[in-house]
Amino acid sequence: MGPQHPSTHGVLRLVLSLKGEMVQKVEPHCGYIHRGMEKMTETMTYQQIIHLTDRLDYLSAHMNNAAVCLAVEKALDIEVPERVKVIRTIMDELARIASHQLWWCSFGMDLGGLTCFFYGLRDREKILDIFEETTGSRLIQSYNCPGGLMADLDPNFQKKVKDFIKYFRKILPEYDELLSGNIIMMERAKGVGVMSKEQAISFGMTGPSGRGSGFSCDVRKHHPYHAYDRVKFNEVLRTEGDTYARYMVRLDEMRESMNIIEQLIDNIPTGDVAVKMKPIIKLPEGEYYQRVESARGEFGVYIISKGEKNPYRMKFRSPNFCNLSALDTLARGQKIADLVAIGGSLDYIIPDIDR
Amino acid sequence: MSFTFDFYDFTSFTQWVDVTLRGACSPFWAVLWEMVIVGVLFLAFYAVVGLYLVYAERKICAFIQNRVGPNRVGPYGFFQTIADLIKLLMKEIISIREADKLLFNLAPFIVIITSFLALAAIPFAKGLHPIDLNIGVFYVMAISSMGVVGILLAGWSSNSKYSLLGAMRSGAQIISYELSVGMSLIAICVLAGSMQLSTIVEGQRDLWFIFKGHIPAITAFIVYMIAATAETNRGPFDLAEAESELAAGFHTEYSGIKFAFFFLAEYMNMFIVASLAATIFWGGWMPLHIPGLESFNHVMDFIPPVLWYVGKTVVIILIMMWFKWTFPRLRIDQLLNLEWKFLLPISLVNILIMAFIVLMGWQIGL
Repeated sequence: MGPQHPSTHGVLRLVLSLKGEMVQKVEPHCGYIHRGMEKMTETMTYQQIIHLTDRLDYLSAHMNNAAVCLAVEKALDIEVPERVKVIRTIMDELARIASHQLWWCSFGMDLGGLTCFFYGLRDREKILDIFEETTGSRLIQSYNCPGGLMADLDPNFQKKVKDFIKYFRKILPEYDELLSGNIIMMERAKGVGVMSKEQAISFGMTGPSGRGSGFSCDVRKHHPYHAYDRVKFNEVLRTEGDTYARYMVRLDEMRESMNIIEQLIDNIPTGDVAVKMKPIIKLPEGEYYQRVESARGEFGVYIISKGEKNPYRMKFRSPNFCNLSALDTLARGQKIADLVAIGGSLDYIIPDIDR
Repeated sequence: MSFTFDFYDFTSFTQWVDVTLRGACSPFWAVLWEMVIVGVLFLAFYAVVGLYLVYAERKICAFIQNRVGPNRVGPYGFFQTIADLIKLLMKEIISIREADKLLFNLAPFIVIITSFLALAAIPFAKGLHPIDLNIGVFYVMAISSMGVVGILLAGWSSNSKYSLLGAMRSGAQIISYELSVGMSLIAICVLAGSMQLSTIVEGQRDLWFIFKGHIPAITAFIVYMIAATAETNRGPFDLAEAESELAAGFHTEYSGIKFAFFFLAEYMNMFIVASLAATIFWGGWMPLHIPGLESFNHVMDFIPPVLWYVGKTVVIILIMMWFKWTFPRLRIDQLLNLEWKFLLPISLVNILIMAFIVLMGWQIGL
């Protein structure tokens, strides 16, 4: 299956051992779009690196960049202005909603419900419009930079975000009507690809995929960054560990994200959007690690610095790689059609796996 | 014999054609000419209906999905499928290495021919009925289940794993759902007391069978709709070509016009299934008549039978398209469970209930 199969969501090759339609074994073969990202970072300055990280998991580009920026800021012991923290939080959550929307529609498509695809894209457009106005790009926002943000918010930002939340709160029940409550969807998803909490932890499954198994792994809760310690939100947890649980976690997370944005959007502090930084940053010698919650789980950036303008070694801990490693366990003994549903529910992004 | 063209009854027209031909040449040549005329008309009808069902599907799914759909070629993209057909005709027909050439090339034709044959027994209007067999229902059932042979051949001869899986799934699916389709039709045959399609339509002069047979007829209709959707390989039962698992299913290796044949046949099968549903359950070309309301019945009679027939068929096609574009796809084991554990027992019991109701004379409107 793959690397050009429509439901591997990119150039991923899955070598399947089949018995009829039953999956005996899944061997993911990665590396079709391996670009040597981690090696490339060693020749770049820290400001340049953020333009690589947003190309990893292009659906949570904002969070990935934030991880690099936070790591650099931690190393330099810089405290960014309050305004930056709040804006970063709002942008993160918008990116999370947009990512989950795209996940929802492609998951629907994996199950054969093509209509979902267009509904999800329709609503995602609205977030991308907001992004475009402020950051200048629609898909991969290089909006964060070490020390703050590239630019200030667009004057329409607050109004547009509020309009979007009003709109999307009305639209979410439509998602439920179309897919969540559908008998065929439930038959396809409930009890399919069950992963226990212990297994999820041992695979390092994070994000909605891990939380569907009851693994409390929300970095926003456990290791707050940005303005997450100031907002009230629930960590969405489900204990079933099946495809349906992972599905519902993501749907509920969109609601939680909207709650977070609503708490912040009305009082974004005024002030600078960046700390004054030298054009070339040199990190003090040492090792630094920063993790953030990307749309698919824990994204970590590990930097070893020798005091140069570029990192001596840089390593990304990508959530999709760990989630993909669980695919074999999840899909064994299920049918090919289930493999597609399970893969959809893991929501992997191939560039993030291959790096 | 003089001839008056009557929009409400084509019998005089068809008889006039027959008599004229028989007067002009020997009986053998007359029959041959009639066959040629019907054949040419059917070819044209088949092409037009097939193309415009594709167009309708694209427009309707666009409507459901908040899109515009085809809108470039002609007003509202009305000639889009014609342009597509020309493109498909000019495309290269790729032959697969190690494929069984004869069967590979034969398969699309089998699929097309079976849908052609089934179309022959559909009563379009009063008197507009190419062949009125006394076992009409049986004939349509038998012929339409032949299509699976084409699909199996296509999958088998393509020398591709995906195609083979798609064909096997499709074989299991079509053959099983054929049973439910048959059983639900038999329930109505019991009610009508005939398998001849013209008699069945005439039997609905006072009231359509779906109302006449109340509960068992409605059950049969629902079972028929589900099973017929599955039998025509349409979503949510389009397992044969489940694009998310099998890339394209049994027609993965087909290109150009041969692929279009499969496509066309699928839409024609949908049309046949819908017209059969309209004929059996909703009275075919028979206007809506309610016993006791003579003036209402008289008004209904003014609408030409062809329009009644087309209207009902279109409504059923719309329902089937609505299914496809809202539901996710079932899994193969769930699909077979649904048939063998639910639909078939329900339709078997349904026949018993229907027979009992007919014996007791409990039908409405008698």
